Amino acid sequence: MELLYASCVGLLVTCGVFLILRARTFPVVLGLTMLSYAVNLFLFSSGRLALNKAAVLGHAEAYADPLPQALVLTAIVIGFAMTAFVVILAIRGRADLGNDHVNGQETSKNKTKGKA
Amino acid sequence: MIQHLTSLPILLPMLAGVILLMPPCGKNLKIRRVASVIFALATLLASVVLLCQVKNHGAQVYAIGDWSAPFGIVMVADPLSVLLTTLTAVLGVACSLYACAGDDEKGAFFHPLLHFLILGVNGAFLTGDMFNLFVFFEVLLIASYALLMHGGDKHNTRAALQYVILNLVGSAVFLIALGTLYGVLGTLNMADMAHKVTTLQGDDIYLAKIGGLLLLVVFALKGALLPLHLWLPNTYATALPVVAALFAIMTKVGVYSMMRVYTLVFGKNAGELSLMAQGWLWWLAIATIIVGAIGVLASQDLRKLTANLVIVSVGTLVALVAVQSVQASAAAIYYLVHSTLVSAALFLIADLIARQRGKVSDRITAGRAVAQPLLLGGGFILAAITVIGMPPLSGFVAKIWLLRATFETEYVMVFWPVYLLASLAVLMAVSKAGSTLFWHNTTAKPADAAEQNLVHPAQCCALFILVTASPMLIIFAGPLSDYALFTATELHNFAGNVSLVLEGGQ
Repeated sequence: MELLYASCVGLLVTCGVFLILRARTFPVVLGLTMLSYAVNLFLFSSGRLALNKAAVLGHAEAYADPLPQALVLTAIVIGFAMTAFVVILAIRGRADLGNDHVNGQETSKNKTKGKA
Repeated sequence: MIQHLTSLPILLPMLAGVILLMPPCGKNLKIRRVASVIFALATLLASVVLLCQVKNHGAQVYAIGDWSAPFGIVMVADPLSVLLTTLTAVLGVACSLYACAGDDEKGAFFHPLLHFLILGVNGAFLTGDMFNLFVFFEVLLIASYALLMHGGDKHNTRAALQYVILNLVGSAVFLIALGTLYGVLGTLNMADMAHKVTTLQGDDIYLAKIGGLLLLVVFALKGALLPLHLWLPNTYATALPVVAALFAIMTKVGVYSMMRVYTLVFGKNAGELSLMAQGWLWWLAIATIIVGAIGVLASQDLRKLTANLVIVSVGTLVALVAVQSVQASAAAIYYLVHSTLVSAALFLIADLIARQRGKVSDRITAGRAVAQPLLLGGGFILAAITVIGMPPLSGFVAKIWLLRATFETEYVMVFWPVYLLASLAVLMAVSKAGSTLFWHNTTAKPADAAEQNLVHPAQCCALFILVTASPMLIIFAGPLSDYALFTATELHNFAGNVSLVLEGGQ
């Protein structure tokens, strides 16, 4: 289970980083979302992975660490708000700058491609 | 009441932000302005009272909901954090006053956002919990995103987009670092982390090291340390100057977090991990000073110049953090207060100059003469002398002190030449900017009365607060340096810090 979980997080981070390094805002936003998924999974695993353990004291011998779950919840809420903000900002950038390039202008290479 | 005082610098701005959104403050501009300034003053008052309390009775620990550390979240008002909340509150008063002259009409919700930003900054200073630090970082960031877009145009959108994306990546890295540290240490309370780090063994040491160094990436991003400083000049130069002045405190949040984490958690007492980030911090800081100084020399307008000055000051501060001695930290604390106030003052002066020079704005070229040369020139020369570090103003004391603090360490051979050359660069750039802005006038006729944009009394008042802070820092240099030393001693008092948080708490 650990291997699968770790590879999942790793794959998400890889995709996220790859997409964040793109030049257009839409892939960047997608990349940020993927990265935040990966981060949430990672935070969750910091309380150790275990089966059949409730985060409640007194119901069983073993119990899970409840703190990472609280942290993940906070991180999800914050991440959601921030993603919403960056989406709106990207739309505004598209409207203000006339393109969806993160630098606000097309590179000359892209321009010639568009003409051709 | 008195034990709840610690939470007031956080609660008051939050209350202010909410009240300013509701009627009657939400609709009527005049009431909103007055209320905003009053709330900023109230926050200042609370911070000052807390400062006196901490100075007389030692650090205060406030356990939120009475859940004692390390299980609950604690607020720790120690000498360093209350000094910084007071500094933030002073900046808040100056900026809210300045914005009353018309900057707050350029977009919606300037005043509530300002208070939310102060809430985030104060929270970051006062919290004793790492995850809480992350939450307050996000609070101040989301306020700063909105403030950055306030009254903005196209350039603004571009700079804001890059700033937001960078900071979102920074937040993700912060969370990964926190997850790693929690996985290893089993706690997020800073004092408890410091305590647990000493007992780590085996592979856990490397994991904690990874977590700690990832935190360095985040703080370097917030504090604009090389190579993560590239966002700063553009962001600060495109934001409204009053917003940029307010942002002067934000890079200091990053520096403060470095002070906390690399002095307390990974400081001298951290066993195998002691001083693990020092090498990184030191060389990055030196490189930041150099790049900042080059930026200062290359700046085309006064606001970019000030933004690059902020980078130089961050480099200097981080270098002092890396030295890790009580003297160096004391010098850093004095320098931090001085540099925050003076860079805020310079942003405001740049704005006032730009308004009176018509199309040339604050570009450092010959242009129309300013309408009020005495007022603006006087303000500029005071701020310039301060920022360059010439006697008799506060920059000089800060400079002497930080040179003195590094003199007996092995760092002197690198730090002195770099810092002094950077000061020379700042001297050249600022004096060139000043002489060009004020003396190289084209013969164009002075503007009509309508175009003159005379300085509004509120702006004058805000500028006065920030510019006279420097003479004040000199006049009260004795008590202030004593306080800075006291603060630094407390910061380096490992056992005291840990036992205070883990055993204290009301």
